[in-house]
Amino acid sequence: MSLVATERSGFGRSGLTRAAAVMAAFAVLSALMVADLVTGPAGLSLDEVLRGLQDGPAGSDRRLATILWHLRMPQTLMAALVGSALGIAGLLMQTILANPLASPYTLGFSAAAGFGAALVILFGTALPVATWIGIPVAAFAATLIAAGLVQLVARYRGASPEMLVLAGIAVLFFFQSLQSLLQFMAAPEVLQQIVFWLFGSLLKATWTSVKVLTAILLLTLPFVLREVWSLTALRLGDGNAASLGLDVAALRRRVLVMVALLTAGAVSFTGTIGFVGLIAPHVGRALVGEDHRFGLPMAGIMGSIVLVAASVTGKILSPGAVIPVGIITAVAGIPMLLGVILMKGRT
Amino acid sequence: MILREFRVWAGRRCLLDIPGLELPSRGLVAVIGPNGAGKSTLLKALAGVIPHDGDKLLDEGWPVPSRIGYLPQDFTVSAAMTVAECVLLGRRERLGWWITAHDRAEVARVLARMDLSELAGARMDRLSGGQQQRVLLAQRLLRDPRLLILDEPTSALDLHHQLKVLSHLRQLSKERLVIAALHDLTLAGRFAERIVLIEGGTLGVAGAPGDVLQSVHLDHVYSIDSQIMADRCGAPVVIAHHAEEHQPVLSDRGAKRGTEPVREGSPDRT
Repeated sequence: MSLVATERSGFGRSGLTRAAAVMAAFAVLSALMVADLVTGPAGLSLDEVLRGLQDGPAGSDRRLATILWHLRMPQTLMAALVGSALGIAGLLMQTILANPLASPYTLGFSAAAGFGAALVILFGTALPVATWIGIPVAAFAATLIAAGLVQLVARYRGASPEMLVLAGIAVLFFFQSLQSLLQFMAAPEVLQQIVFWLFGSLLKATWTSVKVLTAILLLTLPFVLREVWSLTALRLGDGNAASLGLDVAALRRRVLVMVALLTAGAVSFTGTIGFVGLIAPHVGRALVGEDHRFGLPMAGIMGSIVLVAASVTGKILSPGAVIPVGIITAVAGIPMLLGVILMKGRT
Repeated sequence: MILREFRVWAGRRCLLDIPGLELPSRGLVAVIGPNGAGKSTLLKALAGVIPHDGDKLLDEGWPVPSRIGYLPQDFTVSAAMTVAECVLLGRRERLGWWITAHDRAEVARVLARMDLSELAGARMDRLSGGQQQRVLLAQRLLRDPRLLILDEPTSALDLHHQLKVLSHLRQLSKERLVIAALHDLTLAGRFAERIVLIEGGTLGVAGAPGDVLQSVHLDHVYSIDSQIMADRCGAPVVIAHHAEEHQPVLSDRGAKRGTEPVREGSPDRT
């Protein structure tokens, strides 16, 4: 149920109230990001972090500047960016598939990314580029290929939610099988690298990955925000949306491209991070309702909050060897998912 | 409004074939016929939700898609939005980022007109089927449709609300053409100015209620034994005594007719 009270006219008290909820969530995210910068093996205090932030990357305290700006900052920013990309992609998927259990991974995109990464990890030495470039590029390309396959089915057999999910399941199994084949062929030490990539970790974050993902978000968001009313109308069901003059199949295909770009951008640098794209849209909807004008930003911010909180938790639980966030979100995601299911049952 | 050689295809199979049909540009037209006869197909094609062959002609031009209001049969809404928010989506194309005072006033006006002001803040997913149907009708009215098409608008309603909705549709039909698929033949006879009987994917008969609602037409199409009487206003009342053993004619045109249209170059239509 929406927590935003309604007045007699039947609209949420006003757009401003919902905008305020989005701003409040953003404030919580900012606080968590500072907490993420403070926690870590090097043991910086809040004062030191704030001083380091003021001094900038070229600050006089070289140790502080290096830890803060070269090690921690890319990871914190990456957590926020990946979280928001997965949160927004998750809400888009749940809306176009009319399914509360859909996530950016429902259509096999993460399996494809995993296959792309595993391919480069296995055969990377034979490639003319360094693996740190090759892995994200291959993961990104494989995700787009998976999205292309789903699009192909949608174009020829109609973009109904059932057809998209069936196509997605086929793509998922296809890339999972290929991934298993590569793992079977790999030597034990290479296998370990593949498995570590699949865990989903922020340790892979660099300023380059931050810049690329920021660019993808900036490129995609204007297109996503242009569709807010169409997406809200789609929540009324296909028949109703179509009779409001909406080309439902074309909208699904357009949104699918955006989901593919957001998911590819997120997973190609960090690996598979589960549950964020599933949980964030539910929490966002509970706070601001079905209106996608606020639902989309809220899902993005909630995704960031979940992932930054997971990052902080990972560092606190195991200060020496940071637990990959993918494991934290997967473990914490199950009770969260159960909570959402129970909450739904009650309403 | 004239339909000419109006056909709807599913691949190579012809689902609906109306050689010619003339409808008034205002008034309430009821579309009747047994299950599977092609009523919904006709309405969807008229609404532009599914493609069709042939011509649709109108004296003042066929309404642009945004001036056609179509309410499908399967309308259930499970989204947790309020009635007012749902109705607002009727203005989807004209909405900016922020909802203006004009948008709110338009929603309030149409809610009042549909007797829904009290429900403005209620959540759609908690309303009954009948209430949802009225809200969605209000949403379509927000678009000020030139042509309003409703697929069984009374199917989820009790008798009281059936009469209210049909009276309302009759009222609305003074300014526009309202086409509604109805199952209750007596209500169709009482409220509609014209009735179109669809039979096996084609036009059975069309005309004034008294001309269409006759045993000679109904017994054959519905496979019933019927008796037609008149109510106190003189409108026809259909009493079905019993159903015959054989099934009503369905819209599988190929099985019933030898002269059905076949798409050029198609060896078979299965």
